[in-house]
Amino acid sequence: MSLTRQDVEKVSLLARLQLPPAQLDAMTVHLARIVAYVEQLQELDTRDVPPLAHALDLENVLADDTLAPSLDREEALRNAPKRDVECYRVPAVLGGDF
Amino acid sequence: MRLIHLTVAQLRDALAAGHVSARDVTQACLDEIRRVEASIGAYLAVDEAGALAQAAESDGRRAAGRARSPLDGVPIALKDNLCTRGQATTCSSRMLAQFVPPYDATVVQKLRAAGLVLLGKTNLDEFAMGGSTENAALGTTRNPWDLRRVPGGSSGGSAAAVAARTVPGAIGSDTGGSIRQPAAYCGIVGLKPTYGRVSRYGLIAFASSLDQVGPMTRTAEDAALLLELIAGPDPRDATCALRPVPAYSQTLDQDLAGLRLGVVREHFEAGLDDAVRQAVQSALEVFRSLGATIHDVSLPHSRYGIATYYLIASCEASSNLARYDGVHFGYRTDESALLRALAEERGSAAAPDEVDTPLVRLYRQSRSEALGAEVQRRIMLGTYALSAGYYEAYYLQALRVRRLIRSDFDRAFGEVDLLLGPTTPSPAFCAGEKLADPLSMYLEDLYTVTANLAGIAGLALPCGFTRGGLPVGLQLLAPPFEEARLLAAGHRYQQRTDWHTHVPELP
Repeated sequence: MSLTRQDVEKVSLLARLQLPPAQLDAMTVHLARIVAYVEQLQELDTRDVPPLAHALDLENVLADDTLAPSLDREEALRNAPKRDVECYRVPAVLGGDF
Repeated sequence: MRLIHLTVAQLRDALAAGHVSARDVTQACLDEIRRVEASIGAYLAVDEAGALAQAAESDGRRAAGRARSPLDGVPIALKDNLCTRGQATTCSSRMLAQFVPPYDATVVQKLRAAGLVLLGKTNLDEFAMGGSTENAALGTTRNPWDLRRVPGGSSGGSAAAVAARTVPGAIGSDTGGSIRQPAAYCGIVGLKPTYGRVSRYGLIAFASSLDQVGPMTRTAEDAALLLELIAGPDPRDATCALRPVPAYSQTLDQDLAGLRLGVVREHFEAGLDDAVRQAVQSALEVFRSLGATIHDVSLPHSRYGIATYYLIASCEASSNLARYDGVHFGYRTDESALLRALAEERGSAAAPDEVDTPLVRLYRQSRSEALGAEVQRRIMLGTYALSAGYYEAYYLQALRVRRLIRSDFDRAFGEVDLLLGPTTPSPAFCAGEKLADPLSMYLEDLYTVTANLAGIAGLALPCGFTRGGLPVGLQLLAPPFEEARLLAAGHRYQQRTDWHTHVPELP
């Protein structure tokens, strides 16, 4: 599987990144090399090997349902790049109205 | 002896005996920072006033007989991906340059509760992605042993700070070797605990199934003292193990007679630097003289470690770093310029509907302007490997190989108590040397990544120097939750050797 510039452009949208043309070229070269390197995993027959997503065998870690103070709204909003009194502000989400 | 040369254990004793004050010790660290920091660049922020105030409070507590712990008053530095309430926590990224966390990481909370003096925040590869601390957007860190060389990474600032004697101990994080590799490059001790031994709450996430917080010090004894402070269950981290914390510093004097040490065959193959090989082989002889028996061990899948690691870590990173959206916190692009450009693009586009919506463009542009090239590369690799059509071939296959790597370790630890090998294939490389080729940088992690994939514990220890005076690191690996065994072996080794007492000469 070789990675094309078009693949990289599509992935950049999925990843919510915006790569200018020059960076798109460099990214294609670097990613293609790394993808070619990780291809080596294909040589292993793993049909009977269950995947290991996590090193610790933990399941259903439960916490008591107790009340505790949550983060103060003002504190939560303090790092927002744009806000009003009680909300984060973003550009229009729906419609073509900028 | 100068105060900056005292270890954590020696400071504990000197503070308890009243021979030194926390204020004197802290001031000595700050003075040394002022002297050498311009050439090392280990810190992103030094909290001079705050540290002196904490030290004064510590002295007050001790005078009143209310010391919070034996380490009350000992200065410590924190890698800048650990959240500190009210103090900028940047991950050395333009994305978080202004981010001030509203809470402390659990590890930070525990250090404060024990009375340690938080001296400052140390530099790292952006979001802990890298092996040289060169992918750092907010600072440049150099190796105290040779200022032309990198300190390793990603915890390069913490390693350089400890090696340069500007602080007796520091906290780092290790996702694929980020504590052990810089420890080896800088000639100090670095412990990656078992996955789940230390809480990750407040550690800014890179790859959540691999990330682990651990101490970086000059001795194994100091690592034991810090680990017993920061380890333990945390209701805020569901992946933190529900196991009591042994008193690691109380079991360091174990007799190593009969200890079965496995030498990992694959860690001595082609690509290993001769000086590193010789230093590690000498270390092996030290362990033999301490009564350990040496066994040949094979980890047949370790050669797949790097490929497995970069797939899994990048997949997890692409998901974790989705939170940097220019909305909730962190960097945001210039919105009015963006809207103007977008209107223009739509006007001239053949298919205006295919042009990004303002919100999507805001995400994309904010992220690409504020994240560095390596971080974007890993997000791209992870997104690609998780995308439809590739998920099974890449991500799922990597998880299966991860199981094989883990099984190799389980089998090996059925035969031996600890594994031994080099921490890195070569000593610290020159700044700029590997920047053009990301893959060559990745290969430096060859011996360290598998411990993260398997979730086991690993310790890097100084074990010699190259002819050019660069430190060499030994790596010991232990089964899950056998940190006591690991630290005792390291402590015994350091009682027999003096590599950890060498001090880099700084102008």
